[in-house]
Amino acid sequence: MKSKEIYLDHSATTYLDPRVKEEMDKYFCDEFGNPGSFNTTGLRAKKAVDKARKTIADILNAKPNEIVFTGSGTESINLAIKGVVRANKDKGKHIITTTIEHHAVLDTCEYLERYEEFEVTYLEVDRDGLVTPEQVKKAIRKDTVLISIMFANNEIGTIEPIKEIGEVAKKHKVLFHTDACQAGCSQDLNVEKLNVDLLTLNGSKIYGPKGTGLLYLRKGIKIHPIIHGGGQERGLRSGTENVPGIVGLAKALEICQKERNKENKRLIVLRDKLVKEITTKIPKTFLNGHPTKRLPNNANITILDIEGEAIMLYMNQYEICASSGSACTSKTLDPSHVILAIGLPYEAAHGSIRFSLGRRTTEKDINQVIKVLPDIVKHLRSMSPVNLEVKDVLGGIKND
Amino acid sequence: MTSAEKDNYADVKTKTGKEWFYTDVVKKHFFNPKNLFKTEKEAENYKADGVGIVGSPACGDMMKMWIKVDPKTERIKDCKWQTFGCASAIASTSMLSVMITEKGGMKLDKALQIKPQDIVKRLVDLPPRKFHCSVLGDKALREAINVYFEKSGQKDRVVRQGAKIIDKQLKITDKDIEEAVLEGATTFEAVQKKTKIGVNDKSCIPEAEQLIRFYREKYFGPD
Ligand SMILES: Cc1ncc(COP(=O)(O)O)c(C=O)c1O
Ligand code: FES
Repeated sequence: MKSKEIYLDHSATTYLDPRVKEEMDKYFCDEFGNPGSFNTTGLRAKKAVDKARKTIADILNAKPNEIVFTGSGTESINLAIKGVVRANKDKGKHIITTTIEHHAVLDTCEYLERYEEFEVTYLEVDRDGLVTPEQVKKAIRKDTVLISIMFANNEIGTIEPIKEIGEVAKKHKVLFHTDACQAGCSQDLNVEKLNVDLLTLNGSKIYGPKGTGLLYLRKGIKIHPIIHGGGQERGLRSGTENVPGIVGLAKALEICQKERNKENKRLIVLRDKLVKEITTKIPKTFLNGHPTKRLPNNANITILDIEGEAIMLYMNQYEICASSGSACTSKTLDPSHVILAIGLPYEAAHGSIRFSLGRRTTEKDINQVIKVLPDIVKHLRSMSPVNLEVKDVLGGIKND
Repeated sequence: MTSAEKDNYADVKTKTGKEWFYTDVVKKHFFNPKNLFKTEKEAENYKADGVGIVGSPACGDMMKMWIKVDPKTERIKDCKWQTFGCASAIASTSMLSVMITEKGGMKLDKALQIKPQDIVKRLVDLPPRKFHCSVLGDKALREAINVYFEKSGQKDRVVRQGAKIIDKQLKITDKDIEEAVLEGATTFEAVQKKTKIGVNDKSCIPEAEQLIRFYREKYFGPD
C-alpha cells in the first residue's frame, strides 16, 4: 500500500498482518514438507497443520476433525452447499437462502436449480437487510435439506440473527450453514452458541493469506467432496495442503478473536463518526443496513443524484479507496443485488458507496474523507440532471 | 495494446490508487468538464433554443443537453449539458459539447450526423465495456436540435433520422440496432450491452430481437 493511501475497502480484502506473515515465513523454504509424506520433513509439516486445526477448532468450540481446509471462502461455500445437498438427496431437494448472499452462494444455488433440479427459496430481507427466524420457519418444508444464511453481509454490513435461525433449523432438523467470511474479525464464532452445522471462513478478510479458507463441518453430517483426488482433508478436499496458508489462517483468526472486543469498540467510534458527519454534512444521503446490528467496520451510504464510479474516481484523486454498488463499476453493468434487495430503486443503487474500515484506519483518515467528500458531491451534483428526494426514494419501501 | 490488455485497462475496480484506467483525454474531461453551468442561477436563466433529454437514471445514465442556435448561420452558438453516469459518460458528453461549439460552432446538419464513434475517437479511446456510456450524447443532441426545429417553425425538418424508435425509454432506434450489429454485436445480449436496449422498456425486446436477426443475416449471411 502506498504510504498516503487511505484504504477503506477492508471488506474487499485485508492486508496480511505482519505477525501472521512471521508465523508463515518458516513454511516456505525451510519447512516445505508435504503433510502426507511419511518422513520427518512431512511429519513436521503435518504437525503444523494439526496445530493450526486445533487452534481454529478451539476458537470455534469445535473438534479438530470438524475443520476442513480449502482454498477460499468461495470453495468452502461450494463444498458446504453442493456437498451437503448432493449427499442428502434421499431426504429432499429443497434449499433455503436469502436474496442478499454473496454470489458464491447465489450462483451455486442457481446452478443446482438449473442443472440438478433442486428447488431454492430465496428469502427477502427488510429495509435494514434482516431476515427473521419466522421467515425461515415458514419456508421450511418436509423436503428442505439445507439452510444457508450469511452471518454478516459484505456490502451493507447487516448481521443476521444466526443463533435464532439456528434454533429454528435445529428444531426442524434441517442442516444450517452460515457464510461467516465477513464476521471473522468482529463476531463470536462459537458454533455451539450459534447453532450452526456448517460455517465458512476465509483468510483474505481477516488479515490472513489470500487463497485460504475453511469449512466447519459438524461431525456426522453426510457430505460429498466437490474436489476428488489424493484424499487429503479426510477425502473432502483433495490436493496437497497449503501449509503456510493454513498456518497463517489459524494465526490470523487467533489474532482477530483475541483483539476483537477492543478493536470493535475502536472501529465503532470511527464508523459512527463517519456516518454521522457524512449524513449531516451532505444533503440527501442516508445509511444502508441496520443502524446497530451491523459490522463495526462497515458504513454503506447512499448519495442521491450521482453515480458511484464517478465518486470513487474523484475520491481516488485524494488517495481514498472505497467501493461502490453502482452498475458502472460492476462487470455485468448491474447495480448491486444487495442494495436492490433492501428495496432501494435502481437510481439510488447507483449512488451507494461502501467504506469498510480496518486495523490501520485512524481518525485522521476519517477526517480526510469528511473533509473532501462534500465538495466532490457538490461538484458531481452540479453536473447531474437528476434531482431525487430522499422521501421519494425511501417512500415506497416495504416495512417503513 | 492487445484486446486483453485493453480489458485490464478497463477495470475500474482495480484499487491501486493513482493508476488511471482511462485515456488522458477522458481524464481531462472528467476532472475538468467543459460547458457546464457555472451556477444554479445560470442554469435557471439559460435561454435555450432546444433542450434534449434521454435515458433514465434507473438504467445508469441520463443526459440533458441545452443548445443555442444562430438562426442565420445555423451554427450551434452555445451548449450546456448535465449527465448522470460514470466517468466515461461525463467525459463523452463534455467532449461532445466541445465538438459542436468549437471553431465558431457546428452547423446543425453536421451536428445531426455525429455518431458515438466520433466522440470516442476524439476521446482517443474508451475501454470496451464503457463504450455504451457514449451512446446517449448524440441522441440528446439530436433531440435538442429537433426541439429547436419545432420551436422555430421548421417542423418539416424534424427528422428522427428516418429511424423508428424501438426502445421508448432510451429512444433507441432501428438505426442504432443496425449500427451495433455492424460493430459486431450480433446477439440480443451483445446489443443490449452496447446500447442498454430493453433494460427499462422490456416491451421492445421481441421487436429488437427480430431486428437483430434481420441485420445479422443482412450483413453476416444466414445463421
Ligand atoms: C460474505 C462473503 N462470502 C464469500 C466471499 C468469497 O470469499 P473468497 O473471495 O475467499 O472466495 C466473500 C468475499 O468476497 C464474502 O464477502
Ligand atoms: S454510465 Fe454506467 S458505465 Fe458509464
